[in-house]
Amino acid sequence: MAYPNDRKYTPEHEWILVEGDEASVGITEYAQEQLGAVVYVDLPEAGDTFDVGDTFGEVESVKSVSELYMPVAGEVQSVNTHLSAAPDIINDDPYEDGWLIRISMSDLSELDSLLDAAAYEASLS
Amino acid sequence: MSEPVIYDLSAPGKGVVTPPASPLPPLDVQAAFGSYAETDERARPHLPQVSEVEIMRHYTHLSAMNFGVDSGAYPLGSCTMKYNPRINEDACRLPGFAELHPAQPPTSAQGALRLMYELQTDLATASGFAATSLQPAAGAHGEYTALMVFRAALAARGEAKTRTVVLIPDTAHGTNPASVTMAGFTSKTIPSTEEGLVDVQALKAALGPDVAAFMLTNPNTVGIFDPQILEMTAAVHEAGAYAYCDGANFNAILGVVRPGDLGFDALHINLHKTFSTPHGGGGPGAGPICVTEELADFLPGPVVERVLAEGNTAAAGYRFVNPPRSIGRVRSWYGNFGVMVRAWVYIRALGAAGLRKVGQQAVLSANYLRVLLEGVFEVAYNRICMHEFVLSGAPFAKAYGVHTLDIAKRLLDFGFHPPTIYFPLIVEEAMMFEPTETEPLASLDALASALLSIAQEAETNPELLHSAPHSTPVRRLDEAGAARDPQLRWTNTTEVA
Amino acid sequence: MDYTAISPAERAAMLARVGLDRVDDLFVDVPPEALLAEPLPIEGNWSEIDLSAAMDALAQQNTSARDYVCFAGGGIYDHYRPAFIDHVLRRSEFFTAYTPYQPEVSQGTLQAIWEYQTGISELTGLPVANASMYDGATALVEAAFMALRVRRRRRRVLASATLGEEKLATLRTYGAAGQMELEIIAADRHLTDADALVDALAATEGGESDIAAVLLPYPNYCGIIEDVKPLIDAAHAVGALAVLDTTPILLGLLKRPGNLGADVAVGEGQPLGNAMSFGGPGLGYFACSEQCLRQMPGRLVGRTVDVDGQVGYVLTLATREQHIRREKATSNICSNHALNALTAGLYLAGVGTEGLRGIAADCCAKARYLRDGLLATDLFTEYPGLEQLPFGYEFALKYAGPATVGQLRARLFDQGWLAGIELPDDVDGAGLLLAVTERRTVAEIDDFISAVVAQSEVISHV
Repeated sequence: MAYPNDRKYTPEHEWILVEGDEASVGITEYAQEQLGAVVYVDLPEAGDTFDVGDTFGEVESVKSVSELYMPVAGEVQSVNTHLSAAPDIINDDPYEDGWLIRISMSDLSELDSLLDAAAYEASLS
Repeated sequence: MSEPVIYDLSAPGKGVVTPPASPLPPLDVQAAFGSYAETDERARPHLPQVSEVEIMRHYTHLSAMNFGVDSGAYPLGSCTMKYNPRINEDACRLPGFAELHPAQPPTSAQGALRLMYELQTDLATASGFAATSLQPAAGAHGEYTALMVFRAALAARGEAKTRTVVLIPDTAHGTNPASVTMAGFTSKTIPSTEEGLVDVQALKAALGPDVAAFMLTNPNTVGIFDPQILEMTAAVHEAGAYAYCDGANFNAILGVVRPGDLGFDALHINLHKTFSTPHGGGGPGAGPICVTEELADFLPGPVVERVLAEGNTAAAGYRFVNPPRSIGRVRSWYGNFGVMVRAWVYIRALGAAGLRKVGQQAVLSANYLRVLLEGVFEVAYNRICMHEFVLSGAPFAKAYGVHTLDIAKRLLDFGFHPPTIYFPLIVEEAMMFEPTETEPLASLDALASALLSIAQEAETNPELLHSAPHSTPVRRLDEAGAARDPQLRWTNTTEVA
Repeated sequence: MDYTAISPAERAAMLARVGLDRVDDLFVDVPPEALLAEPLPIEGNWSEIDLSAAMDALAQQNTSARDYVCFAGGGIYDHYRPAFIDHVLRRSEFFTAYTPYQPEVSQGTLQAIWEYQTGISELTGLPVANASMYDGATALVEAAFMALRVRRRRRRVLASATLGEEKLATLRTYGAAGQMELEIIAADRHLTDADALVDALAATEGGESDIAAVLLPYPNYCGIIEDVKPLIDAAHAVGALAVLDTTPILLGLLKRPGNLGADVAVGEGQPLGNAMSFGGPGLGYFACSEQCLRQMPGRLVGRTVDVDGQVGYVLTLATREQHIRREKATSNICSNHALNALTAGLYLAGVGTEGLRGIAADCCAKARYLRDGLLATDLFTEYPGLEQLPFGYEFALKYAGPATVGQLRARLFDQGWLAGIELPDDVDGAGLLLAVTERRTVAEIDDFISAVVAQSEVISHV
């Protein structure tokens, strides 16, 4: 499985990628594989703010529900609206088209406590 | 061989039931209902217009696509799929039971009240409690009702606001935590030990002044009677909390040991499991609760009381009464009376000796099946079990990429209903078998032999399992597609993408 | 007698295979002091002949609606049940099956429930219906809880008192757990107090309303079809869901809840082909708008295809349910009333569009005939304020005769008439709630009116 080096990871299997002023958040290849076919994603609305570790949504497969946790604190700028009609994008492309939310971060230093790709991959075994 | 939807058979002018001929002038709908009369034909309900023969064939075809207890072994763990005696079905259809209006004078339904009274008494006797409410419609409804009884009893001692937590082992059915939430409590999970028992130290550590109750399924969902039970209920009481027994697995101990003698304060009984009433494809069941003397006054009302003749111990009659500090109703009328009739007939058929034989044979049959499978399959807790046991499919998953789901689906090709799968959650790739006491020996042997064949196939031809079932009316269904694009009713243009 | 299938010799062989000497050894984990030493004092071990005689005897101690003439309703009605229904229900492939968790061998149950969902959706004019609840009262409770989830930040639920005491009592019990602040809007002489309801909706402590739902009857407990449309609109004006509690047979004639703008429709489904059975089991039907879909309680059947592209049915959106979401589930319901839902589906297929309208119209016409006939005796008067209001096939009249309603009802029952349900003696005096189904004949109604007159005369001479 692939874990791109351009982003950080949480032990709960979210990734975060900083791009300019914003960061996008999604779930990892491992997470989508464990879930199986994603059938529904419940996401927040733009303008909602969360602390690090808060639940910001849920992703559902046929027979399981996983909560989504904020890797860092921030305010939601936009959500991936394509997922409501085609949640399986998360299975096909968890790192690019399958992003969940874009946020503005309140504290960039929070990234330092997250895992890099190698550490995340090591945590899986 | 898919069956058309009944709406696709519809044609104007067909139909079975027409209103009787009447000398009265037809109703002027507009005059009767004014602006609430539906005058636009397109806005009215469109129901199928079909002949009786088409209905009978349609449902006969549908029934042929169903597997029931009469079709073969149905070892669905924690569901107690025992045989449903046919005399029960005749009894509940007698006009003297089926055609009673609930508002008729109770004096005119003394047979019904007597039946309810005797069922209340027999269930309390069989479970070791003082009082019964027959009102709850299902097991989960019973759980909720008992939790509300606890809430009322706590309120009576001024502790409803402080005792807000209900402790639940990690092996519990999902209904337990869901009922806890509905009853306004917060649930907290107690872990199990490696032996599949409650971690008593963890339980004791969690017990405190904020705990309202501990809910335990005993025997538990891995099929073990927890030998620490007396220690646990004593600890719960010492902490001022109530002990609740989820009676889903009551069948195992029927006539052998009573939850009320184990220190529990309340339990629900699934009449559709232990007392042989049919599951109906998902109900109706009934989930009466039995409670201690202390809690009896809080039961939902009405309950049936026996009225004694003056200076005499003979019953002069039966009447409905509301317990003095009742939590109120949890549903309409008196409960699922038709289900109660079936349970009463079953109890009278068996009597004390027959009920004891139920528990004993259910446990023996489960152990027999377990022993036939051990060695080839990994038994999650390989010891004397109660009425059910859990296999783990994990070794097959690791070795051959064959999962529990594949094994379950392949079992369908052998003519058996699969066990409960992926439950309990603490066992990886779980398969939970409950053969019940009514399964013949030849059927148990055939089931075991099918499973052993499947184990071989897993090694030699895993693809056969991955693509199973092959012989059923439909094969594996696209459940993800169903959930992504829910089609929950027929429309004129129903098309499956 | 018992239903085990193991001979004594087989039993011994099984025990030997398990490696035990005695059956008692199977119960080693049970604390010995708790083991039952004596047989339970439970009567039984009867032969089937004795059992059959005993149950006949017990049934005969009851007077049934085949013995008396039933004019009672209150949610449970003496409608005719077409003969074919029980022949389908007796098919053991349906009634001995479990919840259809294994869809490959449960297509019968699944497709039947899917067709039932379609029927309920059609009856209510709402797009989604679940696979059933326990009864009308618990369906109403579930609707209130669902509204609290759909309107996440709101906690209050307004319920009209004219839903009737039984439903209110059930709501109160569930409300006592604290998640729902239940506010019952007192009735204004047997009608929803529309002004009080609108005032309650308008009263918000600054900012957004905290009312999640308004629960309204359609028709109300004394049969009146209240003017609910403005109240549905008033609920929507503050963002609350409008829930209608309905009588299914009438939905063939009335504007459907969905067409009135209601978000949720629930009701007691017993009238749809189910036996009265002393009040249970019937079923609760539950339908709602698309916006509520993810927050619905109970099971849902969906249509899909199998690996060969063949159409099939599965339980779907199960992540809402207790076995997956546990303490966060939309409801604790597991077993519902599937066989009663199958019955309702059979009934709807049997009556069809025109049959349902015809039966409803017949009930309503006969109800008007009885009501007019009773009023003509001068022993009954109308409840003030209800005179000109539309009603279905159940209605309330005040008894103005020479006895109490209880005395009259008791005497009539002795003569073979179940004279409805006694209404409490309130500001307007005591009354009777009477229902008339298509089973009643005009001759029966005429005889009943005569009996009312005769019994009133007898009482006045006592």
